[in-house]
Amino acid sequence: MATNLRRFKGFGSIFINHTNHLRGLSSSSAVLGSVDAQLQAPGSGTGKSINLYTAINQALQIALDSDPRSYIFGEDVGFGGVFRCTTGLAEQFGKHRVFNTPLCEQGIVGFGIGLAAMVSSYKFCTTVSCNQIPWSILSYTCCCCLSYFCNRGIELLLKFNLQITFFLLLIRHIVNEAAKFRYRSGNEFNCGGLTIRAPYGAVGHGGHYHSQSPEAFFCHVPGIKVVIPRSPKQAKGLLLSSIREPNPVVFFEPKVITFLCSKEVPEGDYTLPLSEAEVIREGSDITLVGWGAQLSIMEQACDGISCELIDLKTLIPWDKETVEASVRKTGRLLISHEAPVTGGFGAEISASIVERCFLRLEAPVARVCGLDTPFPLVFEPFYMPTKNKVRILLPFWCIIILDAIKDTVNY
Amino acid sequence: MASSSLTKSKTSIIHHLKSTKFPLLYFTNHTSSIRNSHNLLHTISSPPLPVPRCATSSRINPFIVFSRCFESVCVGRRLHSAASASNDVRQFPAEAPSQQVLDFPGGKVKFTPKLAFTSGSTEERVPCYRVLDDSGQPIIDSDSLKISKELAVKMYSDMVTLEVMDTIFYEAQRQGRISFYATTMGEEAINIASAAALHNDDFVFPQYREPGVLLWRGFPLQEFAHQCFGNKYDNGKGRQMPIHYGSRKHNYFTVASTVATQIPHAVGAAYSLKMEKQDSCVITYFGDGGSSTADFHAAVNFAAVLEVPVIFFCRNNGWAISTPINEQLRSDGIVVRGKAYGVPSIRIDGNDALAIYSAVHKARKMAIEEQTPVLIEALTYRTGHHSTSDDSTKYRSIDEIEQWRGGQNPVKRFRKWMESKGWWSDEAESEHHCSTRKQLSQAIQAAEQVEKPTIADMFNDVYDVLPKNLMEQEAFIRKTIKKHTQDYPSDVPL
Repeated sequence: MATNLRRFKGFGSIFINHTNHLRGLSSSSAVLGSVDAQLQAPGSGTGKSINLYTAINQALQIALDSDPRSYIFGEDVGFGGVFRCTTGLAEQFGKHRVFNTPLCEQGIVGFGIGLAAMVSSYKFCTTVSCNQIPWSILSYTCCCCLSYFCNRGIELLLKFNLQITFFLLLIRHIVNEAAKFRYRSGNEFNCGGLTIRAPYGAVGHGGHYHSQSPEAFFCHVPGIKVVIPRSPKQAKGLLLSSIREPNPVVFFEPKVITFLCSKEVPEGDYTLPLSEAEVIREGSDITLVGWGAQLSIMEQACDGISCELIDLKTLIPWDKETVEASVRKTGRLLISHEAPVTGGFGAEISASIVERCFLRLEAPVARVCGLDTPFPLVFEPFYMPTKNKVRILLPFWCIIILDAIKDTVNY
Repeated sequence: MASSSLTKSKTSIIHHLKSTKFPLLYFTNHTSSIRNSHNLLHTISSPPLPVPRCATSSRINPFIVFSRCFESVCVGRRLHSAASASNDVRQFPAEAPSQQVLDFPGGKVKFTPKLAFTSGSTEERVPCYRVLDDSGQPIIDSDSLKISKELAVKMYSDMVTLEVMDTIFYEAQRQGRISFYATTMGEEAINIASAAALHNDDFVFPQYREPGVLLWRGFPLQEFAHQCFGNKYDNGKGRQMPIHYGSRKHNYFTVASTVATQIPHAVGAAYSLKMEKQDSCVITYFGDGGSSTADFHAAVNFAAVLEVPVIFFCRNNGWAISTPINEQLRSDGIVVRGKAYGVPSIRIDGNDALAIYSAVHKARKMAIEEQTPVLIEALTYRTGHHSTSDDSTKYRSIDEIEQWRGGQNPVKRFRKWMESKGWWSDEAESEHHCSTRKQLSQAIQAAEQVEKPTIADMFNDVYDVLPKNLMEQEAFIRKTIKKHTQDYPSDVPL
């Protein structure tokens, strides 16, 4: 529905690039391909096999094209970005819309908040009549028809050349400013169009600062949404939804699948709904919940057991109903994420489902997650609840998850 | 002749480069020289250079090293706009034999053989612009704008209104009627005069000590009271502490307690005005303490690089709660920081309403016409406590406070000038004081009686629409309130 509805508001998107080149993960590619193949193609148009960064590039291009007040800015945006996600955009849309900024994360996001907030500051524009504007747009875009900017929002696409780790430098502006901008002003102002993108997660050799999964920090912040795609196709649709979402969105992209190919990413403009979890594989013995690249690992671990695999996609606000319905069916739940287990988002899912399904549960809720250490380099295969580039360790981690599944099933 | 001198210069340049081992970019006015010299360029692997235009003279000095600045690493202002000029290649004249100039990334810089550090401190501080002396009399030959009687009367009366509002609301907090308050005492001129110099369609990103800007723009006293009481008429719907005013109608972004976060927001907002080619600017206020934050530095740098129409107005009132200015910084105040970032700056007397008015008026013009940020440091003194949670006599002497409340008081100074022009009198003062006190007392009484926002307003506006988790939580809290009504405030309707 959002696809056809032009939402005019201010928002931004920050994308963090990284210079490391990722080696292909063909086995993951096969898994993702099979996972994606089960999706209903959301939009019309033939798909092409493209990887994550190309899908992101397409989404950004669509966003820039569909609203002349869209901007991409940040570190290394101009030449295409370290992850190549903004390739060609500066040339196509101009340097005033796609431009580099000084190296300062909080400056970038603070700047982005201010730019996004301007859509909610309006003046009476005599050339535009209220009657011409659909009321549905008017009602949430702060009297857009009265806007000096003549009905148009400002799309912001902020781009960083840094890992998600450095994203934590933004946390002040995300938590204290973006998340509270609407609430604290009594809806006089908002920066709802802000979309903050960042690559995250392990890549096999990132060490402390190029491997982290800090989604839990942001899930503890009322007022923003946290979205994590599992594949290029999901990434493009969810990113376009996030951009058009009238609330600030933090959009994490699993680095490990950046260069992965995916079957069928529709070429045109399409969106995927936020806050709707997806059952990507049906089963009856146990419910597995995850997000991002972890899903492919979890699917591999399903071997021999009838697992119902759910991609949460939006972590806050998350779709409790879908997970609850699944657990009511299977009676068991296992959550898996790369982030450290203590205080991870799996704890929130576990607690909520226990509250809702206590009498139905046949086993304790299991969590298979990263360990409570800083993300280590040489110890990554031991740390992670997932595959890494050292293929020899794949069976080891699959076994870990498989054991947990079996323990839960046999509880 | 020309070719032989070119050959000589090329040889000497190459010799020089090899001996000094500087990675450098250099230029001669001959295309083949550029091609031959590429193997010596080992800093930037950039695409082949376009052929530059020649310098005026064909004579190449063998010692030079003047060079062409690559466009990508030029310093200086370039219009950051859709219609930005494509060619800002510098042309450098030949240098005298004793000087050497090179173009590192960042632009042309002269060499010097002297090992000397620039001093961290300046012999002489940046002077402070003022129009009125301590007695409120115009200084001869001061640059200032003439203002009309009507404008001056509104400025003065709003300064008085602000003073009275501060007094009455402060007392209300002391009486327990509102939970918190922070006065603007000592900074009335900054508030009112800066607002007077702006237009209503300029956007304001305040810190928290600038309610006078909102007052100037017509925000009613009653609405100030509503916000302080957090009742259902508060624009902020009772969610924030008192003094956290905001009004979209008045282009005044909502105050937040966070220090200096508004500064980069202002830069982003200014960028939107630039892109939309608006005839307006953004102003953002902050204190001396705020100028130490990372947000300030980030924002000023961004504004300079992106060339946006924003006025950075620093209220250097000498205190960041209890931290005096000499424990806040070691630079010559905040004004010198503007220069460090490439931003035109000025230091002004923040207790001189006319100086503030003239400076902000000029700054606004510069910001809009030249699409440049401007930094204003207004020296002033915070005569009130930081807030009602503070007792400043604990860290400064009462004598010091009284001194600044006396002759240097910006309201008194401006009044003296007003009276010298015959535009104000004791009668007018008395009448205005009485009328304002009465209005404010009534406003407080009325605001106190108004009920609070409904419980639903605790959950609204977290997002644009209520998500399911908040619907559940609202249902739960309503159930709890119904069951234990006596444990919850009765003035918040369900």
